[in-house]
Amino acid sequence: MKFFIIAFKNLKRKKIRSVLTIGGVSIAVAVLVSLLAFDAGYQEGLSNDIDKMGYHVLVTAKGCPYEAATLMLKGGGGLRYMNEDVYGKIVDDPRVDMVTPQLVSTVYNQERADGRGGFAMYMGIEESFLKLKPWNKFKEGEWFSSAAADEVIMGYEAAEVEQRAVGDKIFIPGVEKILIVKGILERTGTQDDGVIFMPLKTAQGVFGLSGKLTGIGVKLKEIAMLSEFEEDLYNEPAIQVISLAQVRGTILNLIASAKVMANSVAIIAIFIAVIGVTNTILMSVFERTREIGVMKAIGASRMDIFRIIWIETTLICIFGGIFGNILAILGSSVVEHIIRQVLPYTPGGKLVLIAPSLLIFSFIATIVMGLIAGTYPALRASSMRPIEAIRTGD
Amino acid sequence: MAYDIIKTENLTKTYDLTAEKIHAVNGVSLNIQQGDFVALMGPSGSGKTTLLDIMGCLDRISSGKLEVLGKDVSGVKENALVNIRRRGISFIFQDFLLISSLTALENVELPLYFSRQAQERSKSMEVLKKVGLAHRINHLPKQLSGGERQRVAIARALATSPKILLADEPTGNLDTKSAQEIFSLFKKLNKEENLTIIVATHNPKLGSQANKIVYLQDGKIIPKEKSSLN
Repeated sequence: MKFFIIAFKNLKRKKIRSVLTIGGVSIAVAVLVSLLAFDAGYQEGLSNDIDKMGYHVLVTAKGCPYEAATLMLKGGGGLRYMNEDVYGKIVDDPRVDMVTPQLVSTVYNQERADGRGGFAMYMGIEESFLKLKPWNKFKEGEWFSSAAADEVIMGYEAAEVEQRAVGDKIFIPGVEKILIVKGILERTGTQDDGVIFMPLKTAQGVFGLSGKLTGIGVKLKEIAMLSEFEEDLYNEPAIQVISLAQVRGTILNLIASAKVMANSVAIIAIFIAVIGVTNTILMSVFERTREIGVMKAIGASRMDIFRIIWIETTLICIFGGIFGNILAILGSSVVEHIIRQVLPYTPGGKLVLIAPSLLIFSFIATIVMGLIAGTYPALRASSMRPIEAIRTGD
Repeated sequence: MAYDIIKTENLTKTYDLTAEKIHAVNGVSLNIQQGDFVALMGPSGSGKTTLLDIMGCLDRISSGKLEVLGKDVSGVKENALVNIRRRGISFIFQDFLLISSLTALENVELPLYFSRQAQERSKSMEVLKKVGLAHRINHLPKQLSGGERQRVAIARALATSPKILLADEPTGNLDTKSAQEIFSLFKKLNKEENLTIIVATHNPKLGSQANKIVYLQDGKIIPKEKSSLN
């Protein structure tokens, strides 16, 4: 315990320097924890989004697979349309268990987000949509009164953003149409929370896309039939089939390069922190050359000196680890906000997931970092010859 | 009865500087008996400090023979010298060299701690009392006067119950009154505890209080008559 006291008192001697070094370590740790937490949160969110899609494959008009993947998850702009007759073919396929047609459209609304403007997403659906996604429950209200009613059902967040309740009117800018809110869904933690649903026929009418669809969600009787099913539809000229597994891969690919960049930043931050700690401790070792010489003269072994210096660096890193974790936890909502702005697609739910195991991991990593950073200064100090060390100041 | 606690034969220490070899200690043969109070006297550069460092096993010799505490340490490696120091040698330096971040008490505890001796606290208190600093134990070095600091350093040196106490210009940074107090303390320790004390000093008035005086010049022992200090 006494070694700790000696080391701690040494650090206290140059308070500002110690605090600054601890600050550097904290920031590096916070960056590391945030990035790993984002990685974990994003994967989990994505899996959640995909699992709650309710279907195995999405049939869309032919086009860019990235765009299609994005469309599948959040609607997105630059939509392509296919003819409704494809739906007829798929429904009759004996391998199909359930199928739901969708028509997605996004409309810019100047009044959204407190006047800053933003896109509202509309989706035309049929009753099969709810059968495919049985977790979509009504918080208020009920299903459309007819298959072509001028009515909407709002996702939980959409209702919050637009501040609508059942029975209220909703106006779609640009198309001069007024619809009545028929129901509001409970929160699901998926992209559906932000969507305004209407009957498929109504959507086709409102957006002037009669007979058109943007996608068809298909749930097969058995997942093993997937490749065969895909193969058959491959011959259809105007459409493509995207499986959920593909989407997961595509999305992960989309963010992979961003992740590599971010991880490089984290590694560089840690590298700089390690060098910073090494530099600080080395400087304090040189400043204390005589004291180290004296300690050796009064009986300290090389190992004793090594240990004192090692404890000093480890203490810095332990404090840095604690503050870094606190910083990461406090800053997670800010990081989440920034990521949502930057990335093309972000799943619902919590994006930065700081699990206790991650905190423990980062803490252990910080201690290891301290031991690494401290090795060279500790070696330098322990190998000083007492007589030379004492006489340096003479 | 009294044995040679330190024995040197033709002891030499040379430093290789770029242009020439410096003989800091040049053929010193000297016997110091247990219970001696020896003053090493000579002008600066005469080799007092080097001889003291060598006798205290802080520095290695270039040639000759050195026996400390009955053990031949002439060829002992740097790393092994620490064990000999721990067994019975303590140092006092001109500028005290206390650890500035530790209190008086903690400074005194340090050697006990490094040599893994139990009851550091009670032993440290005891020696601090002996040097008359029982009331200043929780002060940091900067809160103490020069004389008090040197007494803490002496307490630190005494904590491990050494057999040899080596002091390099212990009063060099002190006023006359404090210097005399330190020397009186040395005399008392020498007399009451039979502690072997070797002090390097160039102050003849203080040096003369030792019971044996060794004059050094250019790394060699010289007779008293030839010493410039007389």
